[in-house]
Amino acid sequence: MGIPHLLVHDKKDTVGVVTIEGLKAGTDMFCVVTEDNSSFNLTAKMDIPIGHKVALTDIKKGDTVWKYGQDIGRAVADIAKGEHVHVHNLKTKRW
Amino acid sequence: MTFMGWRRENGRVGVRNHVVILPLDDLSNAACEAVANNIKGTLAIPHAYGRLQFGEDLELHFRTLIGTGSNPNVAAVVVIGIEDGWTNRVVEGIKKTGKPVTGFGIELHGDIDTIARASRVAKDYVQWASELQREECDISELWVSTKCGESDTTTGLASCPTVGNMYDKLIPKGIYGCFGETSEITGAEHLAKARAISPEIGEKWMKTWQAYEDEVIQAHKTNDLSESQPTKGNIAGGLTTIEEKALGNLEKIGRTCKYIDVLTPAEAPARGPGLYYMDTSSAAAECVTLMAAAGYVVHTFPTGQGNIIGNPIVPVIKITGNPRTVRTMGEHVDVDVTGILRRDLTIPEAGDKLIEMILRTANGRLTAAEALGHREFVLTKLYRSA
Repeated sequence: MGIPHLLVHDKKDTVGVVTIEGLKAGTDMFCVVTEDNSSFNLTAKMDIPIGHKVALTDIKKGDTVWKYGQDIGRAVADIAKGEHVHVHNLKTKRW
Repeated sequence: MTFMGWRRENGRVGVRNHVVILPLDDLSNAACEAVANNIKGTLAIPHAYGRLQFGEDLELHFRTLIGTGSNPNVAAVVVIGIEDGWTNRVVEGIKKTGKPVTGFGIELHGDIDTIARASRVAKDYVQWASELQREECDISELWVSTKCGESDTTTGLASCPTVGNMYDKLIPKGIYGCFGETSEITGAEHLAKARAISPEIGEKWMKTWQAYEDEVIQAHKTNDLSESQPTKGNIAGGLTTIEEKALGNLEKIGRTCKYIDVLTPAEAPARGPGLYYMDTSSAAAECVTLMAAAGYVVHTFPTGQGNIIGNPIVPVIKITGNPRTVRTMGEHVDVDVTGILRRDLTIPEAGDKLIEMILRTANGRLTAAEALGHREFVLTKLYRSA
């Protein structure tokens, strides 16, 4: 298995984390789910910094976003598969 | 598994051998720093508070100072305060450990006379401490706390699970563990509650979390806490919401161990070996100061973006899984677990690497924070002074 571009905690997750520096739009990312070491490929739609999240599926405004198999907040805009997920399109459901 | 530590008068084991010059209050910092400058090998711990505090805030002030002096990483203590009454309260508290401690009040003497008298005692203490020998101690004598800082998504993937794996391996061997950061469990409180040893302790935890949420966050917030929790650094590192941050934070307690009690800030654990939860802020220096005051002697600190904190009396071991942090500020990192992101290091292997570094640190290796001179000592203040 090569070095992954993206790690996903749990099968249920709708986002993964970029784990390499300098990821460019159009990269065919090798993605690994740490829970069971399964893998898949996904194309990055934009340049995304290391540590930042990528949508694994199309996410609609209002949808719950899942990471660690848990609820990490609500999408406040539509997010397409392969796009950057961060403070511009994901908000906490708390405070 | 053993390490070489100093056994103190009360039976506890320390991994450092500090002679501390401890101010009761802000006014006494100058005298303490002068004594530490006179007597080489002693350590002043200046801080900002100690005047006109009252109620639980004052109790916490005393608990933190007495706990700091009582920590087994400290061989002996000189306490200096503006007046004798509260100074003696700290002295009497530390004296219960059986270690050498002497207090000095500045009023009726002035700084210069106080510094001269305190320096003579400090000199005796440091020469005495310099001859104390380490002895071989079982790993079960080690108290290891944890708190993460400048977290990012790599802490949840790599450095926090590394600490969790360490606890899963060492708690069964009889060590004392401690985690905290009350506001930073928000979004994972259902999971934290479920990790209590019993439903009663789980309820105690939930009450602590809810009290902080109601009395501090909801009472004082002016916005959604954006840029405070998560911090600007967290957000730069890719963390978006408090829920996401909390889930990564909780990775530090591993998969199997359960916490056996919920401690108030700086409270010493009293239910025997095991993992404890302490009600603390998530600000690094405040949290580590409280855990050190509770008696923990080594601190494990996962970081993503590169928190550089240290502590005056407790070695703080930095662990990171972020390759950019290793590249740009590697001098702050003790344990590099970036291999977890590359999938060439497993979490159990990383846990073993951390345990090895804990033992080396206990045996005397200076941490990055110690070598770089980080001595952040920050008292937790519950409310304004009178």
